[in-house]
Amino acid sequence: MEIKAIGCEPLQLKRVLIENGHTLEVYRETGGYKSLETAFGMSADAIIQEVKDSALRGRGGAGFPTGMKWSFVPRDSPKEKYIVCNADESEPGSFKDRYLLEGDPHALIEGMLIAGFALGAATGYIYYRGEYNYLIDIMDEALREAREAGLLGENILGSGFSMEIHTHTGAGAYICGEETALLSSLEGFRGHPRMKPPFPAVEGLYASPTVVNNVETLTSVPQIIEMGGITWRDLGTEKSGGTKLWSISGHVKKPGVYELPMGYADMEKFIMEDCGGMLRDDKKLKAVIPGGSSVYIMNAGQIVGKGVTLDYEGLVEAGSMLGTGGMIVMDETVDIMESTKNLTEFYKHESCGWCTPCREGTDWLVKIFDRISAGGGRPEDAQLLLDICDNIEGKSFCPLGDAAAWPIQSAVKRFPEDFRHWLITKTNGDLN
Amino acid sequence: MAAATPTSYTDQIEYTNEMAEFSPEVVEEMRSHVAKYPPERSRSALIPLLFVIQRERGWIDNPGVNYLAKFLNIEVTDVWETATFYSMFNLKPVGRHHIQICKTLSCKIMGEPEITGHICSKLGIKPGETTADGKYTVSLVECLGSCGTAPMMQIGFDFHEDLTIEKVDGMLDELA
Repeated sequence: MEIKAIGCEPLQLKRVLIENGHTLEVYRETGGYKSLETAFGMSADAIIQEVKDSALRGRGGAGFPTGMKWSFVPRDSPKEKYIVCNADESEPGSFKDRYLLEGDPHALIEGMLIAGFALGAATGYIYYRGEYNYLIDIMDEALREAREAGLLGENILGSGFSMEIHTHTGAGAYICGEETALLSSLEGFRGHPRMKPPFPAVEGLYASPTVVNNVETLTSVPQIIEMGGITWRDLGTEKSGGTKLWSISGHVKKPGVYELPMGYADMEKFIMEDCGGMLRDDKKLKAVIPGGSSVYIMNAGQIVGKGVTLDYEGLVEAGSMLGTGGMIVMDETVDIMESTKNLTEFYKHESCGWCTPCREGTDWLVKIFDRISAGGGRPEDAQLLLDICDNIEGKSFCPLGDAAAWPIQSAVKRFPEDFRHWLITKTNGDLN
Repeated sequence: MAAATPTSYTDQIEYTNEMAEFSPEVVEEMRSHVAKYPPERSRSALIPLLFVIQRERGWIDNPGVNYLAKFLNIEVTDVWETATFYSMFNLKPVGRHHIQICKTLSCKIMGEPEITGHICSKLGIKPGETTADGKYTVSLVECLGSCGTAPMMQIGFDFHEDLTIEKVDGMLDELA
């Protein structure tokens, strides 16, 4: 597995690539906690403005502008405020946060402290997916180091600002990556999403103002304070600031975590050269899911020779989305009906059961896929799948329903031959 | 997850008033979890505490749940409500070594079916089953967040990545 930066100096990966980068000693030697000191000399408004200027967008998949999210917190509210880090990385194809949590825990602590200082929060929680249990010890040790060095707890570095950060664990539920479901889970309940509004910024954890940010979002914050929002933004593009971690898996020679500047050109070069090209030289590129399993699947024709830039806008233009940057590359040996079935099983398993369209819809989708793969495909099944997706998309309580529908809608449209094979060749009918 | 949670879970649970007991060290560990949250919000510690129960008792059993309800001053049904939602909590006993193989897309296309087939034939069980001696349970699970090193599996909390048949054989020999 590769871990490297291409087209930029490693920023997110700065300490991940250094031996003992997870220790306080190395973190400080490489400029760590300087941004926190800088932040202590700034006003809350100035910090939030830097984050706005940076054009940082949430790295957990939704891509909501971070500075704007922070500005929604009513800082004059008498209630406690909370900073919650979403380390529930569960999107199939995404595994970048794991390396940050393992290799650079202090960057996350520093990012949370700066967020806490700007928003007036005295407590932070890091919500780990249960399967990342083995990473919690690394963070607990980093928190202990920070506490001993006066970087955490009462009166941090003599600033008068006090904050405590705790680790917390989930227990195997993809839905808890959705921020309101995460908060339900953090309160000890089933991971059901909550009605929005009120948004977490106003009523989040324990009905108090809460900011929930992804790991990579928060580790970007010290960089932004260090170099200034505009400078950080200009590493990328005007609308997609900074650099971004991409997780690459599937049929490439060099899967791994790559840091690229936003707007990197282009996707074909990235897969075919930077990631070493196709795993087996005699097999052609067939499909790529560029942003984690929840985004539209792309066929080779949408990538090869198309100059797709790797940023939020570039991928939308190319017919998909950036999501979490979890890229799954598939060669011609993969049957897209089967790969879509695999992902639909995932969404069925992970549907929390709270709302009917998602719970029942994903269940029916899997039943139909099971029948198709057992040889019982009917020509009308493609339309049937799309009809069910229409009844889920936009009608479910939270975005998990959309995430289940999009892979199917795009697969049926962009890989008609793979469905034709199962629905016509095997049943001798016509595919509409 | 709820959709995958049969409503008949409640039928599977053997109810008892029996209360589990834990060593002072374990009780101390439980208190350290509760201390992370505001005093009136101790239910927040429920998931971390369920992991402690699972580690100490082998699975989420009724006496353990009774203990947690009392410890957190909540109803027994509150504990079950949460415990039955999350896929990492074992509501029935599992083998000493719980082998969880990731079956989601990246692992699937990188060789998961061969790995699963090999492990199952070697242990003589199917996914979801436990060997007669109670030593191994094999489960197929959804994405474990290790797609770059697919195929992969988790035994207990330990990740085993870039799996090959030879690697799996070595691991099983080690556990034997």
